[in-house]
Amino acid sequence: MSRDADSFALIALLMPAAAFLFLAVVAPFRRTGRLAAYFSVLSAAGSLAAAILAWRLEAAGIVGRLSWNWLTTAGMPLATVGVLADADSTVMLVLVALVAFLVQFYSLGYLHDEPPAALGRYYTYQSLFAFSMMGLVLAPNLLQLFICWELVGLCSYLLIGFWYQKPEAARAAVKAFWTTKAGDVGLLIGIVLLWRLTGTFDLSEMRALATSGAFPLAGLGFITFCIYLGAAGKSAQFPLHVWLPDAMEGPTPVSALIHAATMVTAGVYLLHRTSWLFALTPDVLLIVAWIGAFTALLAAVLACVQDDIKRVLAYSTVSQLGYMMAAIGAGVSSAGFLHLLTHGLFKALLFLGAGAVIHAVGSNDLPRMGGLARRMPQTALVFIIGTLSLAGIPFFGGYISKEGILGASIGHQTGPFLLLMIVAFLTAFYMFRVVFLAFFASPAPTVVSGFSRTHHGPAKAGHYSAPEGGHHSPHDPPMTMLLPLWLLAVLSLGVGLYSTFTGHVPGVTVAEHEGAPGWLAPSAIAVAVAGIALAWLVYQRRVLDAEKLAAMFGPIRRAAIAKFWLDDLFEGVLGALLFAFSRFIGWIDRYLVDGVLNVVSAWTVSAGDDVRLIQTGRAQDYVYGVAVGLLVLILWMRWALA
Amino acid sequence: MGLQSYLILAATVFCIGLFGVVTRRNTVGILLGIELMLNAVNINLIAFSRFAGDTVGMVFSVFTICITVSEAAIGLAIVILLFRVRRTVMADHLDLLKG
Repeated sequence: MSRDADSFALIALLMPAAAFLFLAVVAPFRRTGRLAAYFSVLSAAGSLAAAILAWRLEAAGIVGRLSWNWLTTAGMPLATVGVLADADSTVMLVLVALVAFLVQFYSLGYLHDEPPAALGRYYTYQSLFAFSMMGLVLAPNLLQLFICWELVGLCSYLLIGFWYQKPEAARAAVKAFWTTKAGDVGLLIGIVLLWRLTGTFDLSEMRALATSGAFPLAGLGFITFCIYLGAAGKSAQFPLHVWLPDAMEGPTPVSALIHAATMVTAGVYLLHRTSWLFALTPDVLLIVAWIGAFTALLAAVLACVQDDIKRVLAYSTVSQLGYMMAAIGAGVSSAGFLHLLTHGLFKALLFLGAGAVIHAVGSNDLPRMGGLARRMPQTALVFIIGTLSLAGIPFFGGYISKEGILGASIGHQTGPFLLLMIVAFLTAFYMFRVVFLAFFASPAPTVVSGFSRTHHGPAKAGHYSAPEGGHHSPHDPPMTMLLPLWLLAVLSLGVGLYSTFTGHVPGVTVAEHEGAPGWLAPSAIAVAVAGIALAWLVYQRRVLDAEKLAAMFGPIRRAAIAKFWLDDLFEGVLGALLFAFSRFIGWIDRYLVDGVLNVVSAWTVSAGDDVRLIQTGRAQDYVYGVAVGLLVLILWMRWALA
Repeated sequence: MGLQSYLILAATVFCIGLFGVVTRRNTVGILLGIELMLNAVNINLIAFSRFAGDTVGMVFSVFTICITVSEAAIGLAIVILLFRVRRTVMADHLDLLKG
């Protein structure tokens, strides 16, 4: 075994695959639950170690790719499978392996009360997800990428619907699957069209073609738009973002891994990987930028009115994905990629922290929390670190990457940039709304939060098997859950400190772009601080009446509570279309397909009835028939054969 | 008289027999028709034997007569059994094979 980055990347890829296969095939071992869990966590740890080695080796300049021919036709391999270990893929690999490992470790505590068979199933899916995501990250060609892309979609479906006995979870799983699938169709079309154009699936070959300027441009805009569609579905861009908030029905660690840190960022990663392609079609990039910024704003507004702590984080994820897309649209995809990495760290932290809160309180509802900072100080501390990172405060994880995106955006288009600035304000506001409501505000049972619904539905138990009375004495979670939280917090803080002082993040190089004006950084910080201050005034000090503030934004608030009627619109339009289509198909089935069959069978029956009559049952008739037949035969022989 | 006259006679007898088999309602009548048809065959055999100068045909006709007799015996036995079971010997009433 050579000691190259690609070999270690391959090991990192294959370890969860082996774990998955073993758990999937050896059912008795899987049903032991805890043992299967330890096995999966161990393989994830090994995978993480290999990923870090691959990353370090790559940083030392030992880049490599391994590939095997696949689908050989007429001596020419149609595609290859393998690993491509370059700067971007290895650092992304480390992120995936890290978060996957931490989430699996955390789940040991979070899913402590699950029955053994369910726990085994959970870790089987987790291992499959880790493998698929790494396969996606390391894919040297678009075909392997697409296969893994679908695999992670499948894992997302399986894990959202982990508590499949809950109807909401099952529905959310199906919704997530179908919505992303709508985009995936675009991606598949794009990949096939690209292959027709260039004759290869290989990313490196295509890149060489693109950089040499020999790339055929005919119809390329349509192709890149199709690829963007796939990315928009996966990365929850407007209007395909509707599945992500519903995906929160899954277990919280799953939300942290799949719907915050890794899978939903696959779209951003894909666009970053093919940024040289998108650079050839500036029109599509403009669409990407605008939709990204608009998605960021829309989701940020939606996040302000949510009372479910996980839904706030989900909309926040959508919003941050919009940020990354906006950076890619501005032509500086590496800035978006950097934000992807830092966001992966602190959003996983936030989700796992929220999981700890939900675990302790037994509910997702913000108004039912409050004053938790005293009861669970460690959770509160790491959650605040994550929140400050997300808000883009200096010395914390998201500062540099957010600056990078804003800087990239201002050099490109003013419109998206302004939207992104508003989002920066809203992000700080809604995140600190969560912090104040959950951890600091007095735990008043009748608290009416400003932007929230005044009428609450029945409180959903976020943790399916949590005892209902679990919120009487919330406390910090066990070590299995605290350790990942602290590790992520330290990493977020470390990345933040390092990057704030040096201006870059280790292991990632952001492409040079037009320098941002000097006023950008201070004003971005000021906007974030203003958001925090407003949240503090409204939800902590209650100086400003939340209701009056909400009344100022009356129509927007109502629209946001109704999720801008997007779900209703989709349901209505798609429902009507489906119904019309179904009626049409039903008509064809009833009158054309059935009609043909009915006519044929009626003919058969009546013909049988007619022919039946010659069977009189009287022996003499048969003799008569024989005689006539003989006569005919004789005549035939006489004249025809003579 | 030449061979042809015998053949015409045999054909005539055969047709009368066939007509009887096809049209008689009484089963005994049908048996009689069958006898006529077999006798037409005998006439043919004897005629060809005589005109060809070969005695094989005559021997064969003796066989035919024997078989005819047995056939008549079995046929009449069947008719009697049939009458016992169905109380009728009319062929057009015996249509259990009707489809």
